[in-house]
Formats: sequence, C-alpha cells, structure tokens
Amino acid sequence: MLEFIRQPWPWYVAGPLLGLTVPILLLIGNKAFGISSSLRHICAACLPTKVPFFNYEWKRDIWNLFFVAGILIGGLLTLLFFQNPNPVQLNPDMVASLEKYGINNLKGTVPADLFNWTSLFTIRGFLLMVGGGFLVGFGTRYAGGCTSGHSIFGLSTLQWPSLVATCCFMIGGIIMSNLFLPYILAL
Amino acid sequence: MQQEKSIKQPSVVVPFETTYKVSFATNIRYLIAGTLFGIILVKSEVISCFRIQEMFHFQSFHMYGVIGSAVVTGMVSYWLIRKLGLKTFDGKEIKFAPKKFHKGTVIGGLLFGFGWALTGACPGPLYAQIGNGASIIIVTLFSALVGTWVYGRISHKI
Repeated sequence: MLEFIRQPWPWYVAGPLLGLTVPILLLIGNKAFGISSSLRHICAACLPTKVPFFNYEWKRDIWNLFFVAGILIGGLLTLLFFQNPNPVQLNPDMVASLEKYGINNLKGTVPADLFNWTSLFTIRGFLLMVGGGFLVGFGTRYAGGCTSGHSIFGLSTLQWPSLVATCCFMIGGIIMSNLFLPYILAL
Repeated sequence: MQQEKSIKQPSVVVPFETTYKVSFATNIRYLIAGTLFGIILVKSEVISCFRIQEMFHFQSFHMYGVIGSAVVTGMVSYWLIRKLGLKTFDGKEIKFAPKKFHKGTVIGGLLFGFGWALTGACPGPLYAQIGNGASIIIVTLFSALVGTWVYGRISHKI
C-alpha cells in the first residue's frame, strides 16, 4: 500500500481529487476556492498600511491562511512519509533540452541546478526566482485569481471571465517558456 | 468597506457573510482540507517545475489531464450542489461573489503566465514546494508577496 502511495499518482486519480476541493470548500463553509488571495491577506496582515487595497478585514478570510498552511504541511508530510524517491519521468525531448542548459538533476520538485541559494545571486537565478515570483504575485492579483481561483473554481462554476483568464495564463506561459526562457537559461 | 468600493477589482471579502468570528476548531477543517490538497499537489507532480515546462511545450498530457479532470469534477460537483439545492454543513445557503471581467483579467493573466513559466509554479505549488523541502522557494514566495503588494499600491492607477 505504502509502495503504491509513494509512486507518482496518475492524472486521472489526482485531477478528480483536486477538483473535489471546490465542493468541499463550498460545503464546509461557503468558501470560494482560491489560493493567490492568501498573498493579499498576508500583505494586509503583516504590513498595516493606509493603502485601500490592503485595508480590509483580512481576518474574515483567515480560513484561506489556514488552507495554505495546510498545503505547506501536506508538502512536508509527503516529504517525510511518501516521497517518490525517483526523479520525475519526463518526455525525453524535455530531458535533452534541459541537459543543454546544464540541468541534469531531475530529482525533487524544483531543478536544484537552477533554484539554489548561490544561483539567487546570478542574473539567471534572480530573473527566475525574484522576477518570476514578482510576476506571479502581481499578475494573479491583477487578474483576480490564479490557477486555483480561475482555472479550477472559476471554470467549475462556469464563469466566463475565468475562461479568459485561464487562456491568458496559458498564452503567457507558452510565450515565456518557448520564446524567452531559452535566452534566460542560456545566461 | 466604503474604501473597497473605489477599487476596480472586486474585494475578496465576501459581503454576504456577516459573522466572521469563527472558532479555531472551524478553521482546523480548512487546515485539513489544505493538507490533503498539498499532498495531492506533490503526489500528482503538478508542483514539479519540470512538468510545468513539459506542459508549455506540449510534450506531455499529464498536466492537461490533471487540470482538465479537476475542472470536470468541480463542474459536476457544483452542478450537483445546485441541482440538489445543498446547503453548507451548518445550513447556510451556498453563494459567492462572481468573478468580474476587466482589463486586468487579460493583462494580469498574461503577466501571471510569464511568472508561471519562469518559476515553474503557481501560488499553491509555491507553498507545497517549500513544505516539500525546497527552502529556496521562500525567496520566490516572498517576491510574490512583494508583487501583490506593489499591485495593491498601484491598483487604482492601472
């Protein structure tokens, strides 16, 4: 059993389980699933400010912070008890293109060759971690949601703005990954 | 709440819930839901930067399968909730603020897409990656907080 759990889960097991978050959150407390809001709540909680965007009763949405704390714990529990010891099984074409940029370690969730404390102080690492992180925080708030709030919750509840947002997420990602990322990785 | 109305983006604070002093015990339910969600995120490899790049290069069906089946499951469950007229476990009506379209849906969406490809993670996976031992991602999460904060500062101007 534990062996089975340790393997990566196929999409047709994981996807439906992730989708169940939508009804679960609605049923346990009428909550609209969305994770990027937690970034706003953390800003509002940690930096008392007169900026209207952060001047609201963030405590009203504290459930969201409990939920993301749970995600962190979930990541830790997996690491401790049922982590997959093998590197991710990628398309050989992807493995080949990663090798071109010196990315050989495919273990774990992030490429250790790119994301580490030393590379943070290189242009490449800074662009990926700090630049990328900034765009994630800025873009999700401007768009009013992320993959969870728009692509899962929004699409599940048939909201057309979420379909537009999801298409834009994908278009942005495809453009960056195919057109610009090769140059950044070559830095 | 008056101030909130001047902002283009609708508040995430949902107005129909008047009482918000919820007990710690209630919030534990969200902690548990989050924990299960986090475990599935790791086990399905959707928090893997490698898988995200595969998706953007159309080299694997995996991510499309995960997101697609998650949406179908969410859709069917939401349809059932509506069809059966289900209420929350403590008997309240299920309703939420609709997502509004504005130019940020497109511009912000594209910007997030760029960030998604650069970091190989959206906000949920950032938390899961940190929990899963990738401590360096604290930097990315912090930067995402800065991005959110900067958006909040200039939101009335853009």
